Amino acid sequence: MAFISSGYNPEKPMENRITDIGNRHYGEFLPPIIKKNFGKWIWHEILEPGVLMHKAESGDVVYTVRVGEPRLMTVQYLREALDIADKYCDGYLRFTTRNNIEFMVDSKEKLEALKKDLKERKFPGGSYKFPIGGTGAGLTNIVHTQGWIHCHTPATDASGTVKVVMDELFEDFQKMRFPAKLRISMACCLNMCGAVHCSDIAILGYHRKPPMIDDEYIDKLCEIPLAVAACPVGAVKPKKKKIISERTGEEIEVKSVEVNQERCMFCGNCYTMCPSMPLADHEGDGIVIMAGGKVSNRITAPKFSKVVVAYIPNEPPRWPTLAKTIRKIVDAYVKGAKKYERLGMWAERIGWEKFFEVCDLDFSHHLIDDFRDPAYYTWRQTTNFKFIENFPYEYNKMKGDIILKAK
Amino acid sequence: MPKHETPLLDQLISGPWPSFVDDLKTYAEYRRKNPNNVEYQIPEDVVDDLLGVLELSYVDKETHWKHGGIVGVFGYGGGVIGRYCDQPEKFPGVAHFHTMRINQPNGKYYSTEFLRGICDLWEFRGSGILNMHGSTGDMVFLGTRTEQLEEVFFELTHKFNQDLGGSGSNLRTPSCCLGMSRCEWACYNTQEAAYQLTHEYQDELHRPAFPYKFKFKFDGCPNCCVASIARADLSVIGTWRDEIQIDQEAVQAYINGEIPPNGNAHADGDWGPFDIQKEVIDLCPTGCMRMEDGKLVIDNKNCVRCMHCINVMPRALRPGNDRGASILVGAKAPILDGAQMSSLLVPFMKMEEPFDELKELIENIWDWWMEEGRNRERLGELIKRKGFRELLKVTGLKAIPQHVKEPRHNPYIYWYEEEVPGGWQRDIKEFRKRHLR
Ligand code: HEM
Ligand code: HEM
Ligand code: SF4
Ligand code: SF4
Ligand code: SF4
Ligand code: SF4
Repeated sequence: MAFISSGYNPEKPMENRITDIGNRHYGEFLPPIIKKNFGKWIWHEILEPGVLMHKAESGDVVYTVRVGEPRLMTVQYLREALDIADKYCDGYLRFTTRNNIEFMVDSKEKLEALKKDLKERKFPGGSYKFPIGGTGAGLTNIVHTQGWIHCHTPATDASGTVKVVMDELFEDFQKMRFPAKLRISMACCLNMCGAVHCSDIAILGYHRKPPMIDDEYIDKLCEIPLAVAACPVGAVKPKKKKIISERTGEEIEVKSVEVNQERCMFCGNCYTMCPSMPLADHEGDGIVIMAGGKVSNRITAPKFSKVVVAYIPNEPPRWPTLAKTIRKIVDAYVKGAKKYERLGMWAERIGWEKFFEVCDLDFSHHLIDDFRDPAYYTWRQTTNFKFIENFPYEYNKMKGDIILKAK
Repeated sequence: MPKHETPLLDQLISGPWPSFVDDLKTYAEYRRKNPNNVEYQIPEDVVDDLLGVLELSYVDKETHWKHGGIVGVFGYGGGVIGRYCDQPEKFPGVAHFHTMRINQPNGKYYSTEFLRGICDLWEFRGSGILNMHGSTGDMVFLGTRTEQLEEVFFELTHKFNQDLGGSGSNLRTPSCCLGMSRCEWACYNTQEAAYQLTHEYQDELHRPAFPYKFKFKFDGCPNCCVASIARADLSVIGTWRDEIQIDQEAVQAYINGEIPPNGNAHADGDWGPFDIQKEVIDLCPTGCMRMEDGKLVIDNKNCVRCMHCINVMPRALRPGNDRGASILVGAKAPILDGAQMSSLLVPFMKMEEPFDELKELIENIWDWWMEEGRNRERLGELIKRKGFRELLKVTGLKAIPQHVKEPRHNPYIYWYEEEVPGGWQRDIKEFRKRHLR
C-alpha cells in the first residue's frame, strides 16, 4: 500500500488549488431525449408498476424504469447499474429523491429488454439487486439516514430497519393497490437528518435514558457552557464535583455538569455538543413510530406526522415487532381509506381515536403531547368523539396507574 | 474467507429487498482479491471491518462510532464529517472512517462516464462505500482516512471539475426536483435555480458564517417531490396565477374510461369505473369545479392550486401559463423547539434567470438572521422568537391576508410607536389635569 499522491502538496496547500467550483451543470448529464424535450413534456402515464411513460410535444416518448436501491451501496453495485445504463440507456441514468434509480429508454423494444435484464439480477443470497417498482398508489423506497453504520448518536440502525420493513412490504413496492401513495421515512435519532416529521409513516430512533456524565473528562473534552446551552429544556447545569480519579485513585475536584433527569426528554443534544455525555443504551434505546404526515399540498395542506407508537425495542437483526406494527397500520389504512386519501387524511376523517382502534395499537400517556405551547392544541376541546371498544372510557373503568412498569 | 463472523447481519441477506449486507460482503471479498491490482490507499480490509463493527452494534444494540473531531480540507468549514471507531484495535480498517459530501448534479442525472470515474476514485482512495444519496441530496462517500481527504478533494476538483457539498453551520447543498427535465408540471426550471444559487453562494456553502445550517430546496409544483415545505429554511414551490389549461376532449376521454385516471397510479386497486364527480369535483378543496353542459368548468379565482385535479387527469388539465413560484420560509425538523413547516412569505415570484429577486430576498433574510440569530437557531425559530412582522420588516414586504390561515386569536397587538398618533412619550402632569389622583 504505497502512498500515491494526487498532485496535492501538503507543504503548499494553496499551490494549484481549485476551490469553490460547485457542482457540475446538469445539462452535461441529461440523456439526449430528455435534453431535446426539456420543458416540453405534456403528459405521463404509469404503464405498470415501476414503469413510466412521458410524452413530449414533439411526439417523442421516453420510458422510465424505476428500481429500488439500498442507498448504502458499494462501487461494485453502482458499477453494475452503470453497466446497465451503458447497455440500454446510452450511458445515462438518474437517481430519485427517495433513493430509487431510474433507467430511461426511448423505445418499447429497449424497455422490454431492460426490464427483463433488471429482473434477473440478484445478489448471491437471492435478494433483488434492482427491484422494479415504487410508482403511483403504492409504496416507494424508504428514505433513511446512517444509523449504526456511520453515526455517533443513533438510537437504532437505519439500513437494517429499512431492509426488514421493505422485505415485509415488498409486494406493495411492486403494486399500486393503495388508496394513495405511501411514504415511509426513517431517521435514527431525533436530529432527523432524514426529516421524517412529515411522512405517512415514520420510523424514528429514540433514546429513553438521560445522559451519563464522564465527570473526570468532561472539562477536558467539552466546552461546558456549550453543553449547558445545548439542552432545550434547561436540564443541564454546571456543577463542581468531588470524584475519585480513575487515573490516580485520588479524590479530586472537577468541573462537570449535573442533569435534572426528570426534565430530560432524551433528545441527545447535549451529547452532540459534548462527547462526555453519552445516552446510548441497549435497553433504553428503540423506535418511535409516527404516522399521518405528508408534504404534498394535494387536497389538504401538508401535515406533520403524529406519534402513534411510543416505543418498540431494538430487536436486531430483523426487528420483528417493528415490521409487524407497520404491517398492521398499512393493512388498516388500505382497508379503510377512500381513493386518493393519504394516511393522515384518512386518520383525520375517521378520528385519531378510531385510528387506534382499527390499527389495534396501544395508547398511553406518552402519546399525549406535553411539549410547550402546541401541546394544548392537540388535546380535545369538544364533546365530539367516538366511543371505541379497546380502551376504557367510563370513569370507574379508567381508574389505574398511568405508569407502565419496566419488566 | 470473511475476516469477521457476522451471524446477525447474515440474517439480512434473505428477503427480496436489495440486501446491503450481501452487497458489502461481496465487495469485501472483491477487495480482498483485488482483481485489478488497485493500490488501495486505505486498508484493504476496510469493508470487512465495517461489517465487523456493525455486527458488534447488532450484538450490543449501541453504536460504535465516536464524535467527529475536526477534520476537513484546507479553507473549507464543511463537506467533511469526521468519524472514528471506538474499537480501533478490533477494527483497524475503520479506525478513521470520515465522510465526504459531494455536491450532486441538480436533478441527479448522471453520465456513466462521470460515475465510473467517481467509483474508481473512491475505490482507490476510500472504502468504495457510498450513499446514493444522502438526505440533503449530496453523494456521500462513506469512510476514508484523514490523510486521504486532501487527495480526494484534489482529484475531485482537478480531474472531475467537481466540488464538495455543505455541512455544518453554513448553506447546505441546495437540491431540487427533476423539474422541467421530465415533469410536465414544473412551473419553473428547478434545476437551473438550484444550480445558479449553488454557484452564487459558494462562499456561504463552504465557510460557516451562519448561526446554524440553512437549506434551500426547489420544488417545481405544489406536489413537493423534494419536500421543500418540510425540509428547507427557504422553500421555493412552483405555482401559476392564471387559469388551469383544460382540454375538454381529454376530459371526455377520462369520463368515458378511455384514459386511466391519475396516470394509472391506481391500477391494482379495485376502485370501479372513474367518476369525475366523486374523484375530482367533490374532492376539490375549494369546491371550485363543476360540470356544465357536459364541459368541465373551473372557477380559477377560487382555485388554490392544490394539484389534485391535475394529478387525476394529467392529459386533460395542465397548470396555467403565467408561472412562477411561491416562497415559504422556516421549515425544520423537531430539534430543538418542535418541528416547523415553512410559512408563506411571497405568494408569487417570477422565476427567471438570473433569479435576482430571489437572491435579494435571500440576502435580506440572511443579513437579519446573521445579525439576530442565536447560536444554533434556525431561521424558523428566529421568526417565531421575533415575530412574523420582524421578518416582513427586514425583507421590506407588506403584510397581506395570504400570510395567515386565520387572523390572530388575541388582541395583544404590538404597535410600533410611529403608528400611534402622538407617539408614546406623554406627560403625566397633563394627564393628572384631566384625572385626579
Ligand atoms: C442538533 C442537531 C443536529 C446534529 C448534531 C446533526 C448531526 C449530524 C451528523 C453528525 C450527521 C452525519 C451523520 C454521518 O454521516 O455520520 C448528520 C447528517 C445529516 N443531517 Fe444532521 N444533525 C442535526 C440536525 C439535523 C436536522 C434538523 C436536519 C434536517 C432537517 C439534518 C439533516 C441532516 C442530513 C440530511 C444529513 C445527511 C445524513 C444522511 O444522508 O444520512 N440534521 N447530521
Ligand atoms: C401575554 C402576556 C399576558 C397577558 C395576555 C396577560 C393578560 C392578563 C389579563 C387579561 C388579565 C386580567 C385583567 C382583568 O381581569 O382585568 C391579567 C391579570 C394579571 N396579570 Fe397578566 N397577562 C400577561 C402577562 C402577565 C405577566 C408577565 C405578569 C406578571 C409578571 C402578569 C401579571 C398579572 C397579574 C398580577 C394579574 C392580576 C391583576 C389583578 O388581579 O388585578 N401578566 N393579565
Ligand atoms: S438521524 Fe441522528 S443518528 Fe441518524 S445519521 Fe442523523 S444525526 Fe446520526
Ligand atoms: S438529552 Fe436533551 S433533554 Fe436530556 S439533558 Fe441532554 S440535551 Fe437536555
Ligand atoms: S414537485 Fe411537481 S414539478 Fe417537481 S417533480 Fe414533483 S410533480 Fe413534478
Ligand atoms: S387545483 Fe385543486 S383547488 Fe384548483 S381546481 Fe384543481 S382540485 Fe380544485
